Amino acid sequence: MTVRIEVRGAHAATTRGILRNAIALGINELRACTVSRLYFLEENPGAELLQQLCTFLLADPVTESASWDVRPSDKGVHVIEVAPRPGVTDVAARELRRGMQEIGLPDCDVTTGTRYELTGDVTDAQLHLLAEKLLCNATIQHFRIGPIFPQFGAEVVGSGLVEEVSLTRAMDDELLTISRERLLSLDLHEMHAIRDFYIDAGREPTDVELETLAQTWSEHCVHKTFRARINFTHEDADGAVISRTEIDGLLNQYIRAATEAVYPEWLHSAFVDDAGIIAFDERYDLAFKVETHNHPSALEPFGGANTGVGGVVRDILGVSARPIACTDVLCFGPQDFPHAELPPGILHPRRIAEGVVAGVGDYGNKLGLPTVNGAVLYDAGYLGNPLVFCGCAGLLPRGTHPTAAQVGDLVVALGGRTGRDGIHGATFSSAELTHETGETAGSAVQIGDPITEKGLIELIEAARDEQLYTAITDCGAGGFSSSIGEMGEELGVDIELTNVTLKYPGLTPWEIWLSEAQERLVIAVPPARLARLQELAARWDVDVSVLGRFTGDRQLVVRYADRIVADLPMGFLHDGLPRRKMEAVYTEKKIEDWKIEDWVSGNGWSDKTFTPSSLQSSIFNYENLLLALLRHPSIASKESIVRTYDHEVRGGTLVRPFTGPGMDGPTDAAVLKPLGTWEHDDAFVLSNGINPRLGLCDPYAMAVSVIDEAVRNAVAVGADPDRIAILDNFCWGNPTYPDRLGALVRTCQGCYDGAVAYGTPFISGKDSLYNEFNGKPIPGTLLISAIAIAPEMSKVVTSDLKAPGNRLYLLGETRAELGGSLLFAHLGLEGGIAPAMPADPLTRYRALHGAIRGGLVQSCHDLSEGGLGVALAEMCIGGRLGAEIEMERLIIEDWIYKLLPWHKEDADSESLPPNLQSSIVNLFSLFSESNGRLLVEVAPEDADAFEQRFEDDVALALIGKVVDAPYLSIRSGGQALTQLPIETMLGAWSGEIQWRGQHDRES
Amino acid sequence: MKPSVLILHASGTNRDGEAARACELAGGAPEILHLNQLREKRERMAGYDALLLPGGFSYGDALGAGVRWALDLQTYFHDQIHAFVDSGKPVLGICNGFQVLVKAGVLPGQRNGGPGMTNDELPNGESLARTGMLGEIGTRRVTLTENAQGRFECRWVHLQVNPGAAAGWLGPLDELIFCPVAHGEGNFQVKDQAALDELTARNLVAFRYVDDNGNPAGGRYPLNPNGSAADIAGICNARGNVVGLMPHPEDHVIAIQNPLRRADRSGLALFRAFIHTA
Repeated sequence: MTVRIEVRGAHAATTRGILRNAIALGINELRACTVSRLYFLEENPGAELLQQLCTFLLADPVTESASWDVRPSDKGVHVIEVAPRPGVTDVAARELRRGMQEIGLPDCDVTTGTRYELTGDVTDAQLHLLAEKLLCNATIQHFRIGPIFPQFGAEVVGSGLVEEVSLTRAMDDELLTISRERLLSLDLHEMHAIRDFYIDAGREPTDVELETLAQTWSEHCVHKTFRARINFTHEDADGAVISRTEIDGLLNQYIRAATEAVYPEWLHSAFVDDAGIIAFDERYDLAFKVETHNHPSALEPFGGANTGVGGVVRDILGVSARPIACTDVLCFGPQDFPHAELPPGILHPRRIAEGVVAGVGDYGNKLGLPTVNGAVLYDAGYLGNPLVFCGCAGLLPRGTHPTAAQVGDLVVALGGRTGRDGIHGATFSSAELTHETGETAGSAVQIGDPITEKGLIELIEAARDEQLYTAITDCGAGGFSSSIGEMGEELGVDIELTNVTLKYPGLTPWEIWLSEAQERLVIAVPPARLARLQELAARWDVDVSVLGRFTGDRQLVVRYADRIVADLPMGFLHDGLPRRKMEAVYTEKKIEDWKIEDWVSGNGWSDKTFTPSSLQSSIFNYENLLLALLRHPSIASKESIVRTYDHEVRGGTLVRPFTGPGMDGPTDAAVLKPLGTWEHDDAFVLSNGINPRLGLCDPYAMAVSVIDEAVRNAVAVGADPDRIAILDNFCWGNPTYPDRLGALVRTCQGCYDGAVAYGTPFISGKDSLYNEFNGKPIPGTLLISAIAIAPEMSKVVTSDLKAPGNRLYLLGETRAELGGSLLFAHLGLEGGIAPAMPADPLTRYRALHGAIRGGLVQSCHDLSEGGLGVALAEMCIGGRLGAEIEMERLIIEDWIYKLLPWHKEDADSESLPPNLQSSIVNLFSLFSESNGRLLVEVAPEDADAFEQRFEDDVALALIGKVVDAPYLSIRSGGQALTQLPIETMLGAWSGEIQWRGQHDRES
Repeated sequence: MKPSVLILHASGTNRDGEAARACELAGGAPEILHLNQLREKRERMAGYDALLLPGGFSYGDALGAGVRWALDLQTYFHDQIHAFVDSGKPVLGICNGFQVLVKAGVLPGQRNGGPGMTNDELPNGESLARTGMLGEIGTRRVTLTENAQGRFECRWVHLQVNPGAAAGWLGPLDELIFCPVAHGEGNFQVKDQAALDELTARNLVAFRYVDDNGNPAGGRYPLNPNGSAADIAGICNARGNVVGLMPHPEDHVIAIQNPLRRADRSGLALFRAFIHTA
């Protein structure tokens, strides 16, 4: 008989987050909500043993009580109970079962759940709404109003079943139907290639073979778009053709070509493996990889982000490195988006954000990896399709990563068991999301189990050091079909599927072969090393199964109980995919969409009304503008998110996400010292650049700007500009539309030009395409992540102002570049000129780095979104010190003036009064987002030495000083533009967006 | 001879590496062993001069922080751990290690005069004798539970040693310790006021959260980062050889780790005292 155990807190704690989210759903009647935990045992061990179980394992004797009867709910109390669907990873149930065995209870199946007791005058319909929108995610859970019926195990369906698919005589429409119904995501050309292969072979494919081909040929696995031949047409804003180009693959022509062009001697591996590798010191290399997990996170935010971290950590294990730090960059829809306007089929962006943040933190924290660098952006374009970029850096002794399996080596799977989870992840991520995706692709979502992965980390490090394997790869998208298929490409493999350890019975052969169950790796093990590997695996609690061997016949043979269920030549599997031909068009945006004259007159002014006071109360109220930008969700403090990540574990975080006496000022990049390398002074830096708003204005400018941003962030904390490597992560819409692909082409062209100009090789990257919801694409988004070396860790610099009397320099010239800026977004303006690549950026960064190494820099901060104004405010907030700035000292590019009407030949400059002219210049100066700029704090006694480090042609301007006063004062000539108290800026920056988890409690 | 320190690793332990480094810098000879290695009986706790249970997420903290490891300790290592504690050698539990010692009933420990329930107070008429060696888990009166703000948090805090603590070996720590907390279940709570009074009266409070001048945090967040009763950050047993604390002194053992770029208030002092007393 099933037993139900309920564990409740001794002091009923109500969950504020749920009440708040209920109100957002339009349910104002909820008064209180308490949460308790449920455990179900399939067999009743008797009251005495149950008592022991509760006392020792389930209920804390100080704060909780347990009962094992269905408690009748109190009058006026509604009950919703939620439980995981069968087969969903449930670590608590597993640990409970192990604990029961340890105590000596009879073994039986167990499962868990959550009980919500809701007080208030709510209707049945409202209860269902709460359950569906807030408490239960149908992708992984089920719920009941009232006590839930637990579901043990998984339903058993026929196993060993292999189907033949009739392909050789299928017509085109039938081929497409097969592709669609089996979620193969293959187009007609690709289906033709497969059909023709089987016509030649004189037989029909098995489902195992067809699924294997679809996974191996998926966009996710082979990057069809990035390898395609593209006819690219570049048009000006009026539609006139500027150029037509034939592109021989975006990856080859732009990304890899840039790496080839700059290839520095410290680059050890780019694009050939699961992660890129650079030299760290004499003994060690650093590996770095960033992945996306967008579609899973849209459907099940916690699990999607959780397994996103897990996946990228395994990429690092896949190059035999020990993972040592994580990064995360997140793009969400507006958090205050009205529930009523939310399209059906998507989760509210707030729920997505809460789940994703919790999922990222949970995995990294439990693995003991510091999550040290990232960004969070909010834009309506991500409403139906959030972006979740997970990054991981690792350390490996040079030359210890083996990459050559030998004939006779065993194919060995390590880690998690295989279930029906995550099937079709690779093809699912290569299709667009629609409001029905959640229902059809639920199985593509998985829940992570970080403790199993932690065991893998320990085991791989030990096995690597004892040279127990000859090749290794992550088991990610496509499962075994893709990892073993890839590993065996040169030699061929023979696999027995009944050797796979399953979570539960009943999986068909193709499901076992494709399952994307988490926390698995595949390695090649010489038979003589197997026993030692098994010994180490037992120590670290890692499951090992021997699946087959490397044969040498270049054939993929898969068996189920000795019966052959797939038999494919590796040559066709890996080289049979026809290369795509695609069309791309890019049409330049109109810069003149934004005319300053129109804008001024649009604000209702005539030339008679420009008085100093009218300007102050108008759009030229710099104080209000600056505060509004500080309050903008993309700028405002992310402390409430970042504090939930452990950024200190491993004891090597030297520059952390926060700085200054209040430990709340933002930093530009993370500096890390790997454990085990403290005998020398080198550290390394992680930074990133991302700016999708720029991409909407000019995708080429976005690419060069985010490369500059990643580089200048790294340089700002002390990275050597000649030791920076970068990763590219593209998240784009459906590339079969020529306009989407055209913008992608321009972005790749910017990537090439940027990487070559900055001398930063791409060492790894990833593209996630088809990010569309109901036919609307996300803003094309390029994330550049940088990994760099900071020699002399004692010289690293943070952004908080350090001491009154110090001088403030602005490095780099300011241009009239407000296109795609945060200011324009705030004002609702379009058009304008997007930031270009600065002239000779490396010269200034090298000079700055020399000054940092010389100990001449007290603080340094880069200028990015919100320009000079926001950067100054952040430095004041971080240091709790004021600054006095004189705008007239700024070095401004000549052509800034040419944009202004009184400098145009055909304009009547007399029509604009001088105070308006200077107001416009000040607006550009304060908020322009020109690249290549940093603010630098220098002690007066170091000023001469500092200035001497910069050649005369480098734009360096002394613009003010740090003061022992609690305000930021900005003047222009004789006129005071702002005098903002630090407290006011801090309030705007940190106060408005208070991120709160759903499970906030108030006792 | 450098004192040997056994650092235990349960599946999910993750701050063992930096704990080992801190012990080394303090003059000790640390060795990290997985519980499975200890169960293979090749090594015995008794062969070491000191024992350290480091931070992490043992077994994912799936049934509450430290609960499963505490069960391991009581079922597989009951005699060894109690013999080690009774021998008077030092034992240090940090974060998850502290949670394990509390949930296993080793801290504050009833055998040596810590507060525990009497037979009468046991639920459902259980008796200490009947519950056997698991009894110490069910009868404890202190715990570490979910942070008051309901989520995991990572931030730097100031700690002060209780100068009168039964753990006299902490005496040399006259300076504050500045180091991070990183936990979701670090909220130290007691069954009732009597349990708290007893902890105080018997000098079992080892560390308290304070502000940067050493004034009591007084429950103010974030000085007291998790809502702990009486600002308690760490406790000890009556004999004083077992100490546990939530914050991570092992993450601040040299000046460059200090986010305020100051040279003082290092956590290394705690490890020096630990190794010195071993």
